[in-house]
Amino acid sequence: MAGAEATGSRVGWDPAPQQGWVAPHVAAEFPGLGIAWIEVDGRPGKSPDPIRRRLRDLSDRFYGAHAIHMRERPIPWAYRVFFRQIGLDPDRTRTPVEQLALDRLYYGAFTSQGLPADALTIAIVETGVALRAFDADQLEGRLCIRDSAPGESLAGRPGELAQGTLTIADERAPVGLLFGATAEGLGVSRETRRVAIVSVQVKGVPQIAVDEALWMVAATLGAS
Amino acid sequence: MPALLERDTLAGLRTGGDERLARAELRRQIGRLERELAGLFGEAFGRVEIGCEIDGLSAEPRVLGLGELERVRDDLATRIGEARLALDERALVETRNRELLRRMLADPAELKWVRVSRHDVGEPGCGVWHSRPRFGMLGMLMGWWRVKVSSGCPLSGRLAAVEQEEAQGS
Repeated sequence: MAGAEATGSRVGWDPAPQQGWVAPHVAAEFPGLGIAWIEVDGRPGKSPDPIRRRLRDLSDRFYGAHAIHMRERPIPWAYRVFFRQIGLDPDRTRTPVEQLALDRLYYGAFTSQGLPADALTIAIVETGVALRAFDADQLEGRLCIRDSAPGESLAGRPGELAQGTLTIADERAPVGLLFGATAEGLGVSRETRRVAIVSVQVKGVPQIAVDEALWMVAATLGAS
Repeated sequence: MPALLERDTLAGLRTGGDERLARAELRRQIGRLERELAGLFGEAFGRVEIGCEIDGLSAEPRVLGLGELERVRDDLATRIGEARLALDERALVETRNRELLRRMLADPAELKWVRVSRHDVGEPGCGVWHSRPRFGMLGMLMGWWRVKVSSGCPLSGRLAAVEQEEAQGS
C-alpha cells in the first residue's frame, strides 16, 4: 500500500497499524515508498530484564560478518539504494540498521538505551526495517511523507528547510526529516505517555517485514 | 493541508516532469551498481580497503534531478572500477605470496626467517607460516630449517566454552 493512500487496520492487530500517505508527486518518483505507524501506551524508562536479556541474546547472534555482508541483504540494500536516490550517502548518513550494526561492533554489544529505544533496536536488527519513535500526543492527524513547502522549517532548527526537502509531516507541519533529525518537542521525552512508532518503507522492502517490525515493537513494549 | 495536496507538480522539487522516465532508469541503475559495490565491499573486506563514499551530495534528503542522479550513478561506477582494480592488484600480491609459501614449504632453508600470514595469501584467520631453525641455534648451525605453522588466535567460541566449563566447575 506504499506510495499512495491507504486505509484501515489489519485484522488481529492490537494496536492496529495506521497507514500514512505519500505526496502524489513524491510517490510518482518513488514507487514503493510508504509510511505506517502504531501508537502504544508507555513512558520512557529503564528496560526490564527480559528486554535487556533479549538485547544480549541479539548481540551474541550478531557477528562482524553479519555487519560486513549486511548491505548485500535485500532489505538493508533497499534502504542504501533509497539513500543514494535521495542524495544521502549511506556511508556517512547510516541507514538505521547499519547504524545499529556499527554501534554493535563499536561497543561490543547492543547496549540498552531504555524504552522505547531498546524495542526499536530489537525490531530494526531483526527485520532491517527503518523505524523511529515520536511522542504520539504531540502529533496531529495522519502522518505523511512529503517535500517541504516554501517557508517551512523544522522546529528546533535554525532557518527554513530548503524547498523540496523530504520530510515526515503530520497535518500541521514537518515532524522530522526523512531519515534525519526530529523536530524539537516531538521526540520521545520524559513527559511522553504515548509513543508513536513510525516505519518508513521503501521499494524492495516487503510489507510483511514492515508489519513484523511494527508488531515486534508493539509486542516488546506491550510486554514491558 | 489541501494546499499541500494540490502541489501535485514537480516544480517544487526542481525537477522536470518529462524527465521522469529517465530519472526512473537512473534510479534503477543506481540500485544495480549499489548491489555490485556491496558485493565488492564484502569480497574486499579484510583484504584491501575500498571506498564506497560519494562526495558532495545533499546533507538533507530530497528528490534529485537528472544531473544529480547521473552524478551518483557515475560516482558509483567509478567506485566500482576502483574497487575492482584494488581487488585485482591484491589478488596479484596474494598469488605471489602463495608461490612464495609453496617455495618455502618445499625448501625452508632457501627462505630463512620468512613469515607468510594467512592474510598475505588471502585466507581468513590470523595464522602464519614461519621458516625457522629446528632446535634454535643448533639448527641454525646445522642447517636444519623447517616451516612452523601457527594456527592463530583461539576462536571466541572456544574461549566461551572454556569460561562456561569453568563456571560449571566452580
